[in-house]
Amino acid sequence: MEKFTKFSGIVVPMDRSNVDTDAIIPKQFLKSIKRSGFGPNLFDEWRYLDQGEPDKDCSGRPLNPSFVLNDPRYRNATILLTRANFGCGSSREHAPWALADYGFKVILAPSFADIFFNNCFKNGILPIVLKEETADNIFSAATQEIPIELSVDLQSQQLLLPSGETISFDVDPFRKHCLLEGLDDIGLTLQHRDQIRAFEERRRNAAPWVF
Amino acid sequence: MFRSQTDRAMSTKTLYDKLWEDHLVRTDEDGTGLLYIDRHLVHEVTSPQAFEGLRMAQRQPWRSNAVIATPDHNVPTTNRASGIADPVARVQVETLDRNCAEFGITEFGMNDSRQGVVHVVGPEQGLILPGMTVVCGDSHTSTHGALGALAFGIGTSEVEHVLATQCLIQKKSKSMRISIDGELGVGVTAKDIVLAIIGEIGTAGGTGYVIEFAGDAIRALSMEGRMTVCNMTIEAGARAGVVAVDETTIEYVKGRPHAPVGEVWNEAVRFWQKLHTDDGAVFDREIHIDAAGIAPQVTWGTSPEMVVSVLDRVPDPAQETDLTRAEGMHRALEYMGLQAGTPIRDISVDLVFIGSCTNGRIEDLRAAAAVARGRKVSDKLVQALVVPGSGLVKEQAEKEGLDRIFIEAGFEWREPGCSMCLAMNADQLKPGQRCASTSNRNFEGRQGKDGRTHLVGPAMAAAAAISGHFVDVREL
Repeated sequence: MEKFTKFSGIVVPMDRSNVDTDAIIPKQFLKSIKRSGFGPNLFDEWRYLDQGEPDKDCSGRPLNPSFVLNDPRYRNATILLTRANFGCGSSREHAPWALADYGFKVILAPSFADIFFNNCFKNGILPIVLKEETADNIFSAATQEIPIELSVDLQSQQLLLPSGETISFDVDPFRKHCLLEGLDDIGLTLQHRDQIRAFEERRRNAAPWVF
Repeated sequence: MFRSQTDRAMSTKTLYDKLWEDHLVRTDEDGTGLLYIDRHLVHEVTSPQAFEGLRMAQRQPWRSNAVIATPDHNVPTTNRASGIADPVARVQVETLDRNCAEFGITEFGMNDSRQGVVHVVGPEQGLILPGMTVVCGDSHTSTHGALGALAFGIGTSEVEHVLATQCLIQKKSKSMRISIDGELGVGVTAKDIVLAIIGEIGTAGGTGYVIEFAGDAIRALSMEGRMTVCNMTIEAGARAGVVAVDETTIEYVKGRPHAPVGEVWNEAVRFWQKLHTDDGAVFDREIHIDAAGIAPQVTWGTSPEMVVSVLDRVPDPAQETDLTRAEGMHRALEYMGLQAGTPIRDISVDLVFIGSCTNGRIEDLRAAAAVARGRKVSDKLVQALVVPGSGLVKEQAEKEGLDRIFIEAGFEWREPGCSMCLAMNADQLKPGQRCASTSNRNFEGRQGKDGRTHLVGPAMAAAAAISGHFVDVREL
């Protein structure tokens, strides 16, 4: 996985709460056996006016002009600002795959759904939990005529606003370490191979019906 | 006082504490745990990239007999003999077959009588036992908490991680207990309980928690009912839902194909009987709901928390003081094609779907058939589908003659799978169609682009099929 250290990008404000993973990537695209290529179908039902299909070329499809990602101001946005409980619903990792494939590296929201939150870290996306008030403030700034650019420093856990104000954010130390170093956590877990074996043996004795 | 509370907290444990501690391989300094996984369920949609990852890294599954696979999301529910017409779906199902063969994993393939929705198949086969940790690349893995197991949905990277290491990296969640006190009214079911809970705490109300469901009304539920409740724990945002082991649990497991037998069975039962929260254990949050106050529920919007009693009306966003919430309600009403203030019982439906990992078990089909018996599906309906949760549920229903009841009433009797719950196969709503569905999600587009979903229990769905609109099943 690519390392995540510092990042700057344009913010696109998606003013909806409870955005679910069915909306992020509709079910027909889940038939793929690959991890890549989901970006053009990110938010497919909101983004296009016609029905998307797995083999359909998206370049000529009619865009929904009222959907925020289609607003020319936010064309090159790489930071998604949204409302509470983002990523609720299905566990499909196709959701962060689609967000990452589109180009998003950071998602800002007052809260995230649990499985989606986990899945982001496995795909080099940093989800940042903001206070409601902070989210409101960034929403106000990001919806002006000229889009805003934010900078994120993972090492110092700081978000730099265009006003010069900095906001610190929380991130789990283990996940931070993995993102900063671009680590494959399977490799990390397998370093504890002997401990897992020993545990498994104990469990086999204590609960043989499990095996 | 402080001291005695601390002592008590140390000596008493919640069910979740016990399940967590029983599976903890190691804990890092920052509290990150490595949790051993006893059972791993796999289906075709979230696994191909995980198997590909194993191959790329030249890794083997840690313990392939911990893994059980079945295709469910993509499979057709008609005419299985001619295979899968959709070439993209076919490749995905064939990829699962190939991966299972290559990595030595047991699979109940599309034409095996044991095939079905993975969360129906697991418990039915005795592959899920009390006290286990269970994962699957599917959010509704929470279903299995009904057996006193710790079960949660994971993403594909974690599927690969569990395949390779038999472990999952996790932080311990907070604990919540939701007690449903007293007795449910006649005609009120497990689905109504869980919808009422989600209506109460919201779709993010459980975020960061593992929820234990307790109280008289939960104890009185069958295993099927407890599975319905735990299944939709994820719709409340929680990591997992659990129910303590009791006689109902043990009776359910007994005699299932993969359940232990003989002396090992006795030993297992002695162990399982300890799987309950100790008296005096402290939860981070406690909620009490009066069972008698729960009426049959119907969702009106595009989130499971947008739910009211069948006797109620579609709520009015103008009455909502939270602006973001009011905006969400406006958007939902527009999508659903509903006016605020409309009585729920005046909403007519075009389709009915009975099935899914939420309500596709035998008890659910019995409840729906009891309503359908001797009646006819309204001629206002385009389609009424009954999709059994598994091949064995289908066989059992046919043994009981439920298929005849449904067919005579005008329902279609289908082959098992996820079907119209998420509409990955051909079973989909067309734009604007309105469906009374026993599934778990009423999100925009969930059952088909611009389709409109109302979540209900199986008897309520059958009653809507007969009447052509929502009715209070208690009045039928």
